[in-house]
Amino acid sequence: MLLDYTLQLADTSLILGHRLSEWCGHGPILEQDLAMANIALDLLGETRSLYQYAAELEGQGRTEDDLAYLRDAVEYKNPLLVEQPNGDFADTILRQFLFDGFHFQLLQQLQQSPEQRLAAIATKSFKEASYHLKWSSEWVIRLGDGTEESKRRIKKAINNLWMYSGELFMMTETEKQLAQAGYIPEYAPLLQNWEAHVKKVFAEATLEVPQNVFMHKGGKTGRHTEQLGYILAELQYLQRAHPGLEW
Amino acid sequence: MLFCTKEVTTEEKIWHLLEEVSDPEIPVLSILDLGVLRKVQVQEGGRVQVTITPTYSGCPAMNTIAADVKLKLLSEGFKDVAVDLQLSPAWTTDWLSEEGKLKLEEYGIAPPVEPNGDIHALFGRDTVVRCPLCKSENTKLISQFGSTSCKSLYQCHDCLEPFDYFKCLK
Repeated sequence: MLLDYTLQLADTSLILGHRLSEWCGHGPILEQDLAMANIALDLLGETRSLYQYAAELEGQGRTEDDLAYLRDAVEYKNPLLVEQPNGDFADTILRQFLFDGFHFQLLQQLQQSPEQRLAAIATKSFKEASYHLKWSSEWVIRLGDGTEESKRRIKKAINNLWMYSGELFMMTETEKQLAQAGYIPEYAPLLQNWEAHVKKVFAEATLEVPQNVFMHKGGKTGRHTEQLGYILAELQYLQRAHPGLEW
Repeated sequence: MLFCTKEVTTEEKIWHLLEEVSDPEIPVLSILDLGVLRKVQVQEGGRVQVTITPTYSGCPAMNTIAADVKLKLLSEGFKDVAVDLQLSPAWTTDWLSEEGKLKLEEYGIAPPVEPNGDIHALFGRDTVVRCPLCKSENTKLISQFGSTSCKSLYQCHDCLEPFDYFKCLK
């Protein structure tokens, strides 16, 4: 159970980190190109710690690389939000903002987990998630309260992505059991804090918080959008074509 | 000549030797200055166990640092050296030595400044960062993210130079 959850967290930060890394060299301005590469690196660092731990929990001799490069889409348990395409800069910012708010809340609580290894990883990554959230929040405000064009773009991003935000807080069977056992926090209070933050930022950005949107789910149980297949094809190509290759 | 008046233990000697291992990305800082070196243990049978901690979770310098520590100790005659990575307690800029901060500023990187208020608070006021070149406090944050995870980008309004700031992490 703990293994499944650790893998789910690792898959999530890996896929979002990969998405952000796709911007490298394509950012709208140099500073934001660097920002996205920096955040991708933090997420990748978190991913490695989690996969290393998962490999130890599993005890089957698989390594962090095996877990990242040799599992198929159905085995990946990341929520649908993080696999959504980069779109334009506004889409990327909004996806990041929705995720960062969740990530920040979750890691803050996970630091108190009696599971010491998970708590240690959370403590490390929480410091980083804090400035990620600051960055994406500031950009939502800048785009929303910016020009007519930037506002049009961020509103379109909300239309594209809001429907994937609910899954972050829907608890799977694994998550429910772990929360009952006290290993991870309940998500309902996290959602409340997340909503409060979104409301505050959207108000500053002169944007409206969408109401009564149907929320898609499935990623956390292995049912993904077609996007994940394309990501894995690129991510895993080298290991599949040349098994065991190192560089 | 730090230890000339008393018997030097092997562990103390190793700490001293590792002062020569520097951060590959900021070569003026040793891993001691940075607070990356956490523990040195000489185990029975002479095995040397060195514990380091990453500054940022994705810091790509950790592999190089681990290899440099090994090479340094092997070249000093230690035969069996192991380096392990420890996440907890998590690194903070509080572990940066005072000497390290001076070295940073001389090198042209502004050292971390204590934040006023909660560092995790959103919409906080920016801290005042002093230009490492002309010492003016009339500076501006250009981007939270710089050439490495540990740095932000600032510009000085007086001498107009852009400079790196070693950001405060707690």
